[in-house]
Amino acid sequence: MTTDHAIPPAEVAVFDEAFQRRPSSLWRDAFRHLFRKRSAIVGMVMLGLLVFVALFHTVLATHDPNIPMLDVPAEVAAGVKKRTPPCIHLLGCPEDQPQHILGTDGNLRDFYSRMVYGAQWSLIIGFTTVGFAIVLGTLGGAVAGYAGGWVDNLIMRVMDVILAFPSLILAIAIVTVLGPGLINALLAIGFVSIPVYARIVRASVLSVKEAEYVTADRALGVSYSRILFHRILPNALTPLIVAGTLGIATAILDAAALSFLGLGAQPPMAEWGSMLGAERNQVFTSPHLVFFPGIAIMLTVLSFNLLGDGLRDALDPRLNQ
Amino acid sequence: MTGYIVRRLLLAIPVMLGIVFVVFALVRLIPGDPCRAALGERATDEICEPYLERRGLNEPIPVQFVYYLRELLHGDLGDSYRQGRPITQLLVERLPVTLQLSLFALLFAVAVGIPLGIVSANWHNSGVDVATMIVANIGVSMPVFWLGLMLQYLFAILLKDTPLRLPPSGALQPGIIIPPLYQTYGWHVSGAGKTILDFLSNMHALNALLSHNSKGLGDALRHLILPAVALGTIPMAIIARMTRSSLLEVLGLDYIRTARSKGLAEWAVIMRHGLRNAMLPVVTIIGLQFGILLAGAVLTETIFNLSGVGRALYEAITARDYRVVEGFTLVIAVLFVAVNLIVDLSYAYLDPRVRLQ
Amino acid sequence: MTDPSDPAKVDEPLLDIRNLRTYFHTLDGVVRAVDGIDFHVNRGEVVGLVGESGCGKSVAALSVMRLIAYPGKIESGEAWFDGVDLLKLRQREMTAIRGRRMSMIFQQPTSCLNPVYNVEHQLTEVYHIHQKLRRGLARERALELLRQMGIPDPERRLRAFPHELSGGMAQRVMIAMALACDPDLLFADEPTTALDVTVQAQILDLMLTIQSNLGTAIVLITHDLGVVAEMASRIAVMYAGQIVEETDVNSLFADPRHPYTQGLLGSVPVLGQEKDELAIIPGTVPNLIDLPAGCRFAPRCRTRLDRGLGVCRQEDPPLTLVAPRHSVRCWVHQ
Repeated sequence: MTTDHAIPPAEVAVFDEAFQRRPSSLWRDAFRHLFRKRSAIVGMVMLGLLVFVALFHTVLATHDPNIPMLDVPAEVAAGVKKRTPPCIHLLGCPEDQPQHILGTDGNLRDFYSRMVYGAQWSLIIGFTTVGFAIVLGTLGGAVAGYAGGWVDNLIMRVMDVILAFPSLILAIAIVTVLGPGLINALLAIGFVSIPVYARIVRASVLSVKEAEYVTADRALGVSYSRILFHRILPNALTPLIVAGTLGIATAILDAAALSFLGLGAQPPMAEWGSMLGAERNQVFTSPHLVFFPGIAIMLTVLSFNLLGDGLRDALDPRLNQ
Repeated sequence: MTGYIVRRLLLAIPVMLGIVFVVFALVRLIPGDPCRAALGERATDEICEPYLERRGLNEPIPVQFVYYLRELLHGDLGDSYRQGRPITQLLVERLPVTLQLSLFALLFAVAVGIPLGIVSANWHNSGVDVATMIVANIGVSMPVFWLGLMLQYLFAILLKDTPLRLPPSGALQPGIIIPPLYQTYGWHVSGAGKTILDFLSNMHALNALLSHNSKGLGDALRHLILPAVALGTIPMAIIARMTRSSLLEVLGLDYIRTARSKGLAEWAVIMRHGLRNAMLPVVTIIGLQFGILLAGAVLTETIFNLSGVGRALYEAITARDYRVVEGFTLVIAVLFVAVNLIVDLSYAYLDPRVRLQ
Repeated sequence: MTDPSDPAKVDEPLLDIRNLRTYFHTLDGVVRAVDGIDFHVNRGEVVGLVGESGCGKSVAALSVMRLIAYPGKIESGEAWFDGVDLLKLRQREMTAIRGRRMSMIFQQPTSCLNPVYNVEHQLTEVYHIHQKLRRGLARERALELLRQMGIPDPERRLRAFPHELSGGMAQRVMIAMALACDPDLLFADEPTTALDVTVQAQILDLMLTIQSNLGTAIVLITHDLGVVAEMASRIAVMYAGQIVEETDVNSLFADPRHPYTQGLLGSVPVLGQEKDELAIIPGTVPNLIDLPAGCRFAPRCRTRLDRGLGVCRQEDPPLTLVAPRHSVRCWVHQ
């Protein structure tokens, strides 16, 4: 009960060794959590597969996706017809017929190759729309949060109005104005998503602005830009990453919907939604032409959703106990 | 609480104005002058000059906006150029169909989603939970137009010769007629009353129900099942996930432990203490789901051949009937805001903590 | 409440815990939160269960109440309560006991009340569960309870919602709920820790009044030695899932034997005493997953170093009686 002599250093070491805890940072814990979740791993694997297909589409495709088989002499000779069912030589298709793994579509193009080419479009669509929305949203949210007052109010009311529309409806309306086309569709979808990211960044700015460690920084004379980069942006980073990943999922779905309606990607582009839309009326006779693009969209969106969910759980600060 | 209600209503006004302005602006942004935009290819200079004069389209934009607002307040949405009829008339024909479809889809979503979420949360991490979550994750990732087409194929083709077969179209079978309510009951109505009754009569299932038309009701319902399931699957998955996560979160809170320590049976703890709190966030998102339903209606109606607002919107875009696009977009958005408003207000009733703000 | 005049019952402890083990099977490993404790409570007495956060005292109480949820599991042991082993009961039988024969109050009273129901609803719920009272009668009883708790204007309080109550008020409501059916035993888990100092004193007074009026036995779980000194007649000190010292309150404060207890007492500042430094116990509580071999307190124990004892790092000492009604778990006292 007395403390008349200090503890010799050797004993301090003995004390320490008894309760070693590995130092943990947010990122290391996050990765650990992420890799523990089975669903997140499944999502990452699927995403990896998708990226692989997108990168190597030229190698994986068997034909040019945009050339109707009527322009290929060998196919003409074999009497290739519209919407032929899948024909795989290994699985019993007769040798004299040309091999089309998934058959041909309504314009006599090889369906499998179009499917493969579609992968890159989906990824491009997802990343560009979300990227666009994040950049503009961060700008808007940061300005709103930092400036406060009527500027904040104005920007947030504008965001509210955008959010007052069901997102697809507004996107359709915008595309109506701009005219059909993939770029216009991407702009429309991106624009409609801006408020989500603006809100996140604004919330982050507001929470950090009033935080004690920022007051301490300013008392020490730290400059505003340092505060911005070292305090505010890292704070906003994690929810942005989560929202962005999930946002890519919605963007791909919305873009597919617009293309399905003929307002987005235009033929002959091999985008899955557009392919689905073109063959929509043939679902009873050639269901595979509808089935496969849809499955592909679903799996792509699923992988981003799983990854996004996993990231959200992993990066949730409350779970770091 | 009244303060909360009043404030919420006041906040809705600028948003509504904003919506009107956005729709107005969008149509004005269409390249070409409004005359050609509204009349399309039929526009010539002779028609357009008086047209622009008459509608005040040569005035500055803010004045035009005021004119537009005035028209709206008089219930005038303009005329469809393609059909030559007032858009409000089109609305009375089409909106009920969409509302009926959305309602059934929402019913499906809630009736399946909430119990699934409860079961999942209760048997956390069990096989049932994992299976449900897989289904929910897939549901959330499916394109609704693809699901609709696949359901059509499954039930109309694959199951064609089984008792499970369902028609691939949402329209009633030819030959089944469900006359308007006032006709069935022999009422004499006119003006606003007639409009309202026409509106209700166009919800065929409701109409058949109220007219004691069992054959019509059966047919209407059979035709509604597939579109409602297709449209409602995504909201169902979202609601299931939300219910599960909300319930799981609530079940970890202190007051649940207190309820157990009082000797409440487990099911009562979950139902009376857990759900009552867990449902609060779920109720909020039901309002948002309505937006998804309205948007999905565009796709679902196109596939299932339903004469609703969604399909009309799409057809109007391709036909460049811009006044219809403007009018229908506006109505959909206003509806969405109204539903969310109602949800917010009901939240105040459900959560005592909010009432006293 | 059992008949206190029944001679056969009076001598037996009301609650007799034997070799209770509760482990938590987490992703990081098995946390041995309660690792073999023997603990008993006699009728009508106030026993203190003292220790730092994480020593297992709360888990022990929750285990007896069978409120341990996944990933926790009661691995072994017995908890004899009035002739019945609680750990072997079926859930249905246990729910009949909870709230009626045995209750518990917790640390953060405002968060322990359901925010969407008012006080009346939550108070009368206990009556509905156990006594099947009519609504009017239940309300009467609830009002009476609130008055006994010293809550002014009880009618208004009944209509209130939890977020409208102060911490002290909420805790009184919790205590009322716990005592509504006149239980034999009350577990009080850090009941005053979250409250202001003045309110703390009021709540503790209230609990003492209850104990003397109703004869309820109380297990007071806390890390605050000052609180137990006033309230308890007997104290058990827990460390890292084990009981390391147990005796009556006077002996504990006058003659603490276990080095941990000594450290605890030495680190509490006493008004009027002059000291150069506050003694601290160096280090932190061990990780309950990778426990060191031997005595769990050994890494932090000055006495072990002073006496050069090697056995402490090799074998876990048993809890032994070193004086009348005074047990210690320490090799120094074997």
